[in-house]
Amino acid sequence: MCKDVDDYLAKLRKELEGCDPALIQDALSDAEGHLRMALDEVLASESGLAETEAVAPIIEKYGHPKEIAAAYRTVEYRTSLSLSASRRKDRQSFWARFFGVLAEPRAWGAFFYMLLSFITGLVFGGWALIAGPLSLSTLVFIIGIPIFGLYLLSIRGIALLEGRIVEALLGIRMPRRSLFLDKNLSWKGMFMALIRESYTWKALLYTALQFPLGLIYSLGILLLFATSLSFIGSPVMELVFHLPLELFGPEAFTPVWLLPFVCIAGFCILPLTFHLARWVGKVHGKYAKSMLVKA
Amino acid sequence: MNSATDANKKFQKELNSGTAALVLLSILARADEPMYGYRIAKSMEMDDEKVPMMKQGALYPVLRSLEGSGLLESHVDPSVSGPPRRYYRITKSGLETLKSWTQIWDQTKAFVDGILKGKTDV
Repeated sequence: MCKDVDDYLAKLRKELEGCDPALIQDALSDAEGHLRMALDEVLASESGLAETEAVAPIIEKYGHPKEIAAAYRTVEYRTSLSLSASRRKDRQSFWARFFGVLAEPRAWGAFFYMLLSFITGLVFGGWALIAGPLSLSTLVFIIGIPIFGLYLLSIRGIALLEGRIVEALLGIRMPRRSLFLDKNLSWKGMFMALIRESYTWKALLYTALQFPLGLIYSLGILLLFATSLSFIGSPVMELVFHLPLELFGPEAFTPVWLLPFVCIAGFCILPLTFHLARWVGKVHGKYAKSMLVKA
Repeated sequence: MNSATDANKKFQKELNSGTAALVLLSILARADEPMYGYRIAKSMEMDDEKVPMMKQGALYPVLRSLEGSGLLESHVDPSVSGPPRRYYRITKSGLETLKSWTQIWDQTKAFVDGILKGKTDV
């Protein structure tokens, strides 16, 4: 028997022990939103009713923690199957696996994530690094407290959005629901809750680090991609269009006997680029999960 | 007594797990505007119903799953009276799926009804 919403959430969290932290965050967020909305409606229509009395029929309709945890586990099992569908490793030869990466949706997803990180790194990281110190400097005035609070809330919003991008492109399960603060808290209480939660600071650190990481990812992957394409196209560019590859200095043409080897090197660098993207995507996904999912 | 109730509950749960997605798609197809989880759950309550056929909390993971499959789309709007709400809307692909699932449901219903009536007549 749950005596209030917080008690229900604690029991639901216990029932979901061992599940993906992102799933736990979603389930708790769904339950808290629903139960508080239903409770407000009941308390507004029947004034004088104690929360403990009001919450029992609401929970009966919503479902007890055990059955709701089971519902989330069932649906999550199906989702994890679809997320891992592209991870199946076939018994293929080395060369098939080496070039086969070009047909892997997960590798392309990671490739686009690295390209996109140029923009997200600049926007998200820029916001964290520029707006942070600015809002912090306003703390000397009383108006600075809500401004800094709004800044921290914006960082949590960015963290959720980044999580969605990570899940869509890297295939790592991330929260799909935002964390919200107890609306029964006063403004000061909400501000203190924001400050106290380690999740806020981890999200801030992650967002700020996206600035340099985004630049490294996007420029690195673009450099490799452009190199492989120019190597592949070098015979046509040099012999047909007379545009030098400049491997041996400015305006220098590649010796003709070397061109087939340069072209083959290009064909090897292209799948290597995608293997690297897939690996970076995997590592970054784990890092994002450790930083952006509330434990 | 208890084992009979448990078996009934289990049967209801199994039925619900198959039909929840169809019911949710149908509700959202009829809605004039995007709906959030709590409103959807309320719209499923029957007037004479003491305990709902489907537990409201079990609808949320199904909503998310439908969104993941591209049958629904959602956006979050802040709410003045509480936490931000996620509004769901059915997509074009969701409408097409609903059409074919409804046909399958009609066939299944007719088949089960036929068997049950046949057994009753015997």
